Amino acid sequence: MSDFSRVMVRELKNSPMTAKFGMIVILVYVVVSFFAPIIAPFSETEIVGAEYEPWGGAFLLGTDNLGRDMLSRLIYGARNTVGIAFVTTMLAFAIGVVTGLLAAALGGWLDQLLSRIVDVLMAIPSLIFSLLILTVVGTSVINLILVIAILDSTRVFRLARAVAVNIVVMDFVEVARLRGEGLWWIITKEVLPNAMPPLVAEFGLRFCFVFLFISALSFLGLGLQPPTADWGSMVRDNATLITFSDITPLLPAGAIALLTVAVNFVVDWFLQKTSGLKE
Amino acid sequence: MSDESNAGEKGDLLVDMKGLKIEGRREDTWSEIVHGVDVYLRRGEVLGLIGESGAGKSTIGLAAMGFARDGCRLSAGTLMFDGIEMRSASAATKRKLLGSRIAYVAQSAAAAFNPAHKLIDQYTEAPVQHGVLSRSQAESDAKDLFGRLRLPDPENIGYRYPHQVSGGQLQRAMTAMAMSCRPDLIVFDEPTTALDVTTQIEVLAAIRDIVEQFNTAAIYITHDLAVVAQMADRIMVLRYGNLVEEGDTREMLADPQQEYTRDLLSVRSFRKAVPTDTPPEVPLLEIKNVDASYTSGAKVLDGVNLIIPHKRTVAVVGESGSGKSTTARVITGLLPPSRGEVLYNGTPLPPDYRQRSKDLLRRWQMIYQMADTALNPKARIREVIGRPLTFYLGMRGKQKEDRIKDLLNMIELDPDDYIDRLPTELSGGQKQRICIARALAAEPDLIICDEVTSALDQLVAEEILKLLQRLQDEFNLSYMFITHDLATVRAIADEVVVMLRGKVVEQGEKNSIFKPPHHEYTDLLLSSVPEMDPDWLSNLLEYRATHGGMKTSDN
Repeated sequence: MSDFSRVMVRELKNSPMTAKFGMIVILVYVVVSFFAPIIAPFSETEIVGAEYEPWGGAFLLGTDNLGRDMLSRLIYGARNTVGIAFVTTMLAFAIGVVTGLLAAALGGWLDQLLSRIVDVLMAIPSLIFSLLILTVVGTSVINLILVIAILDSTRVFRLARAVAVNIVVMDFVEVARLRGEGLWWIITKEVLPNAMPPLVAEFGLRFCFVFLFISALSFLGLGLQPPTADWGSMVRDNATLITFSDITPLLPAGAIALLTVAVNFVVDWFLQKTSGLKE
Repeated sequence: MSDESNAGEKGDLLVDMKGLKIEGRREDTWSEIVHGVDVYLRRGEVLGLIGESGAGKSTIGLAAMGFARDGCRLSAGTLMFDGIEMRSASAATKRKLLGSRIAYVAQSAAAAFNPAHKLIDQYTEAPVQHGVLSRSQAESDAKDLFGRLRLPDPENIGYRYPHQVSGGQLQRAMTAMAMSCRPDLIVFDEPTTALDVTTQIEVLAAIRDIVEQFNTAAIYITHDLAVVAQMADRIMVLRYGNLVEEGDTREMLADPQQEYTRDLLSVRSFRKAVPTDTPPEVPLLEIKNVDASYTSGAKVLDGVNLIIPHKRTVAVVGESGSGKSTTARVITGLLPPSRGEVLYNGTPLPPDYRQRSKDLLRRWQMIYQMADTALNPKARIREVIGRPLTFYLGMRGKQKEDRIKDLLNMIELDPDDYIDRLPTELSGGQKQRICIARALAAEPDLIICDEVTSALDQLVAEEILKLLQRLQDEFNLSYMFITHDLATVRAIADEVVVMLRGKVVEQGEKNSIFKPPHHEYTDLLLSSVPEMDPDWLSNLLEYRATHGGMKTSDN
């Protein structure tokens, strides 16, 4: 383990500036969302002042349309939006990777069945599809996570399957099959370790997409429900300020953009480090 | 277009590299891989560069073009091509020279062609780009060259896509393409290594003819001394980025000065002793009347009968597509036969491997051609060899650890050094050894070796063969040895099976197969194996021209 951490330290030292920047930003977001109640000056939902107060004074970034503190809501928003995006992405990957690898390893009718289901799901524009389903089942956090995870798992399925079909035809997998190894061994020991680099890279990208997707849904009113602070809905709530050339509504949008860029920097670096099967 | 488009007389100095040093990058440090080599080449001369992989022969060949691969750099020395200093030449100067005056023929023509364009479109690209010929001139020139390179149907073959012609034809098309601007220099990088012996002859003859006809200078890179003996006027033997020996082809073959060159010349000298005991009546494995085909296609195997006795090595030879590997797939159960059966010790086996018991699966193991893809790149040696021990024999803990070390000792790798390595940290020969250890770990009766040495350098291959031979005696193994290399067959086989287009054409003891009279096809195979004699190719072509004889499936 100490060997591993030494390698990690060396790798981190040698990482390019962009990756360092990305990691620092992600770290800040994580710290902020963990310690939100301590860092935030006010509560997430409490109305503490007049509507649309300007920056400065007690309210560093002013107040929103109901008189809640903007900074506090931004900090809590990190917790809600990032946390839910993370859980959703994990779930999407669990579903997508397992089914994708199964389809590649078994082939035949199971592959056909899964692939066709995925085709059907992908044929419908995902935003419209999720709006539809969320309207039907109602907008709770659980529903939100489940719907987005299932929709996103279709993309993960496609990637996992595509990567795995190239691996399952390799000789070392044939060796394992001829040895009499079971499906579980083949998937977890032979295929998955070799499919990791593209999947991890996809995880980074997918995380950003989910993140933006939740914000988009919130903006449309079907995401996280008020009074929970969420960056997407915060943009919508304060959108009127734009007309008064106040940039406050752009802050949550900027927070989204910054995290997206940071995650992608780290992913790029990781891709470069572990590109391909051979090296 | 005249055949003599080059300025300059035959015999003029064309390439002159002095004190050439090349560095390669590993992680973040540069290390020298070619340590100051002098190379010169006259117009119309063919220089052979020979050595094992890692000797720096390809790197030097590319350097003659003023080119260094990704992660390499030309670090010192002068590099003159026809009076132009290539190391300091601008990219624009090089671009003008490359393709028009300097051309390159890669090892794998299949990978070097763009699969999306027809051959003729790719042929005409360079001359039109360089303004040497117009498109229609280039097309008629292509047909002329295809003819000279003895490609079948030269008028129309250019309108095919790369996947529609065979490997040998593609390699010749590539040579034609390199010739399209009538360059002064062509660098051939192992152009026949990936081909069958029977196909190799055609390509060698075509390359030699065309180089002579156009008086082109060529650098011919190969690891096969017998091949280079046919092609080169002068040979340079390289090892670890240093020059070992340089000399006129005939002189060097007749009287090699260095120990290493003598080693290269004497490879495959080892012969297996003829076994004296008689194997039991019932053979270890018997294939009876097997037909097989891939998904509803044509028959790949047609009525194949094959016997593998106990403790014997059966070599299965034939060119690619003859059904050698398919036979192995039928035995292992990966491809259930459409007719016929496989008997193990006299009892029929379930045709599909999934229906066979763990103990049956244990009894035969495969070793593959590409050790690279046969080892999980993410599994350490300990897991690779340890898994069959646990899976088949239930070994755990200390017992397993000891056995892994025993096996590593047997394949002549130091256990403490290698047990925790990843496959990427091994050389090609070492990887193949690990594959052998993995097969042995299962304690099998039969090991199926599918072209196990063809991806290896000759000296390494020889060591692997010796190792396999020693293990056979120690473990009472039978081998089924699939190969297209008859030198390997001579070295290791007890019995030989010759296959052609899915049928067994000849079968018997090694000595009787190698003695005439042969089946026509066996004769073709045997006579196609290059020999060290520099006149071998000329004599053979002459003999075949006068006596006719069987054509390869390549034409």
